[in-house]
Amino acid sequence: MISPSKEDLVTITLNGVEVEVPNGINAVEAAALHGKEVPHYCYHPKLSVAGNCRMCLVEMGTPMRDRSTGEAILEDDGSPKIGWVPKPVIGCATNVSAGMHLRTESDLVTECREGIMEFLLVNHPLDCPICDQAGECRLQEFATDYGRGFSRYIERKNVKPKRTRLGPRVTLDDERCILCSRCIRFSQEVAKDDVLGFVDRGSFSTLTCFPGKELSNNYSLNTVDICPVGALTSTDFRFKMRVWFLKETKSICTESSTGCNTIISSREGVIQRITPRRNDLVNDTWMTDSGREIYKLVKAENRILRPSVDGKDLPLSEGISSAVRILKDRKVGVVASCKSTLEEQFLTKLVIDATNAQVYIRGHFGEDDGILLSADRTPNLRGALINGLTDSYPEDHLNGLNEALASGELESLFVIDEDLLASGVDQENLKDVDIVFLGTHSHATSNMARVVLPSFTVFEKEGSFINKSFIVQAFEQAIPGPVGLSSQVEILSQIINHLRVDSDPLDAKLDGVWKSMGEVLPDLMGDCDFRSLVKAPFQIDGSKWSHLDFVEKNALNFESVKGVQV
Amino acid sequence: MAKTIVLERKPLSFSERTYLPQIATGLKTTFSNMFKPKVTLQYPEEKPHIPNNYRGVPTLVKDPNGREKCVSCQLCEFVCPPKAIRITPGSVPEDQEQREHVEKAPQEFEINMLRCIYCGYCQEVCPEEAIFLQDQYSSSGYSREEMINNKQKLYELGGTLPDRHYKWDKKKQAEVHGNTH
Ligand code: SF4
Ligand code: SF4
Ligand code: SF4
Ligand code: FES
Repeated sequence: MISPSKEDLVTITLNGVEVEVPNGINAVEAAALHGKEVPHYCYHPKLSVAGNCRMCLVEMGTPMRDRSTGEAILEDDGSPKIGWVPKPVIGCATNVSAGMHLRTESDLVTECREGIMEFLLVNHPLDCPICDQAGECRLQEFATDYGRGFSRYIERKNVKPKRTRLGPRVTLDDERCILCSRCIRFSQEVAKDDVLGFVDRGSFSTLTCFPGKELSNNYSLNTVDICPVGALTSTDFRFKMRVWFLKETKSICTESSTGCNTIISSREGVIQRITPRRNDLVNDTWMTDSGREIYKLVKAENRILRPSVDGKDLPLSEGISSAVRILKDRKVGVVASCKSTLEEQFLTKLVIDATNAQVYIRGHFGEDDGILLSADRTPNLRGALINGLTDSYPEDHLNGLNEALASGELESLFVIDEDLLASGVDQENLKDVDIVFLGTHSHATSNMARVVLPSFTVFEKEGSFINKSFIVQAFEQAIPGPVGLSSQVEILSQIINHLRVDSDPLDAKLDGVWKSMGEVLPDLMGDCDFRSLVKAPFQIDGSKWSHLDFVEKNALNFESVKGVQV
Repeated sequence: MAKTIVLERKPLSFSERTYLPQIATGLKTTFSNMFKPKVTLQYPEEKPHIPNNYRGVPTLVKDPNGREKCVSCQLCEFVCPPKAIRITPGSVPEDQEQREHVEKAPQEFEINMLRCIYCGYCQEVCPEEAIFLQDQYSSSGYSREEMINNKQKLYELGGTLPDRHYKWDKKKQAEVHGNTH
C-alpha cells in the first residue's frame, strides 16, 4: 500500500505553483488534489503500487544545495536552483515531501505519455464498437488526449483468445489486456484469493488463472470494475447495453448490514447493472458479486403486482381500507422488519402505537466473510433499534409470536415483508388470525394473508438505512415502480391516517417523515433532513446499544467493539 | 418612421385593354414547350433517376461474404435525433461458420420510419459502414406497426455493398500467419 499519509501538510511546487498537500501521498494523488490529472492505469488508490504501466511519468526535482556548506544554490535571479531528476519518474510511486518540485504538464511529460500510448496500442484490437468498456475506458480517454491518431505499425497484430472464461461471472478478452496487474493485486490483497497471474513474456504475456483454479470468489466482479480497459468483462452484463445509455442512481446495497454504496445503472426503467461507489468509510471501492444480483428481484417471478383482498384483485385504496378494518380496535400483532428503511420503520412504529399492538421482529443471519459481507443480512437492524421497534437484539426466528398465537392472544397480524412460516410460526396457529401483508414478493405467508398490499423494491423507492457502523446512508429511486402500486411509506401513512382519524394527516413525502422523525428522536436525528442526507451521510452515536451482542465481526473499515465503530 | 410613397397607376393603353397581346405571349410559351423535351414523369409507372448520394430510407447492408456488418454498437441509436432506432444487442456464438472473429451482432434492429427524418446521421456515425441511406424514397403502410422496419426488412432493403476492409478476414489471416497466442 502507499505510505500512510500523515495529515500534516507540506508545500510542494506543482507546475511552478506552490500548493499544500498531505505529506507522503503520491504525485498522482497530489496533482489530483489540485485539479491536475496525471493519467495512470496500474495505480489504484486502494491497491499496492506496481508501477508497471509507466503512464504516470512526471518530472521531479528538489532545490539544490551546496554539498560542503549545505546552503541553497541560487539561480542568477536569486531564485533557488532546482535539480531536476534527469529522467521522468513514475508519479504513482513518488511520494511527495516538503519542497519537492513536480511538473505534470511539460513537453517531456506529454511526449512520454504519447510514447506509452503508442506502445499500448501496438497490439490493441481497436474493437471499441463491440467493447463493453467503451465510454468508460481509460485507454480510450487517454488515446483521445495523447494518441497519435494514426498507426505507424504495419505488421500484423497479435491474435489472442477473445472470450476466455475466468470464472462463473467474469469473461476475459486477452487482446485488450494492457498487463497492468490491477486484477491480480486485487485478488491477492483484497479478495485474498490468489488465482490470477501472467504467463509468457513480452507481447505474448497473457493473463490467466492458475491451473485448476478459477476466479469464482464473491468479489470477482470488482476486477471487472477496476480493469482500466475492457479486458475483464462481466458475463452478466456482456454485450447487453452500451454504457452511455445508462442512467446512474446512487443507492445502498441491501445484502447485509455493511451497506455498500452502489450505483444503479438503468435504461428506460430497466436495471442493467449494479456497481460499487467509493466510500472510504464503508466499502472503499468494492462490493460483493452477490449484491450485484439483487436487481433481479425487480422482475422475479414471485413479485406481487396487484393488491388483493381475500384472493380478489382490488385497487390499492380498497386494499388499504380492508387492512384498516382488520387492524382497528382489535388485538393486533405487528411483525416489523429489519429490511425496511428507517422511514418505514418509523411509520411502522406509529401503526403500532395507533393499534396498541405487540411487536415482533426477527433478524436474518449468515456467515461473516471478514471483508464486506457481514453476518447480519439485513440492511437496517440498527434502524429498528433506533426507532424503538425492539430493545433486545433480534433473534433469527419468531418463536415469541408463535407462542402468542398459540395462546390466542392475537386476532389480527400486520406482517411487513417477513415469511412467518419460515420463521418458526406454525401454520396451525395462523388459522384464526386475519393477516395483512405488506411486501414485495409472495411466499407461504403472503399466500395466507387476507389483505395483500404489494409495494416497491429498494430500487423503486427512496429512503435510508443505518449500517453496522451506525452511519445513516440514503438511497435514491432508480426506476419507476410497477403501475398501480405505491411505496411502503405511502401505504403506511395512509393506514396511519385511517387509524388516527382525529390527528392531522401525515405527510407521506420523505421530507415530512424526516421532520416528524426529528421531533420524536431529536438527539439522534438532530435537524437533518432527507435531502441533505442524500448529499452527505452522517454517523450517529450508537453507544446506547453497545451492551447488545452485535454479530458483525472485524471486517474492511470495521472494528467490532460490540458493534460500535471507534 | 418609414415614409410612404403613393404610386400613380398608369392608365391601360388600347392594345392592353384588348388583352390580345397578353394572350399571344402566353400561347407562345405553351406552344414552345410542346417542342421541348418532356420533364414530367408518369409516377408511379415511371420512376425518377436517383443520384448516388441520395438519402433515402436507412437500410442495413451485408458484406460481399454475406455477413451482416452491423455489430450492434448502438451508436446510431444514440445519435439518431428523433430516436427512431431501437437495437437489441446480441452475441454471436463462437463456432458459427463463415463468421470467425465476429463476436457481436444485433438480435433485433428496428427503425421507425414514422420517426426517421432522413438526416443520415446514422450512416455518418456507423463505425462499421453497416447502415446506409440508399435509394428507396417511398415507404407507405396501412398501420403504424407496418412502418417500423425490422432487422429482416432492413437487410432486404439494404442488400450487399462492396467492402473496403474485410476486417474479420484480416484477423483470420493474422491468426493463420502465426500471430496467435
Ligand atoms: S485484465 Fe485488466 S486489470 Fe487485469 S492486467 Fe489486464 S488490463 Fe489490467
Ligand atoms: S436517418 Fe437520421 S432520423 Fe433516420 S434513422 Fe438515421 S439518424 Fe435516425
Ligand atoms: S448500424 Fe452501425 S452504428 Fe448502428 S449499431 Fe450497427 S454498427 Fe453500430
Ligand atoms: S500508474 Fe504509475 S506506473 Fe502505472
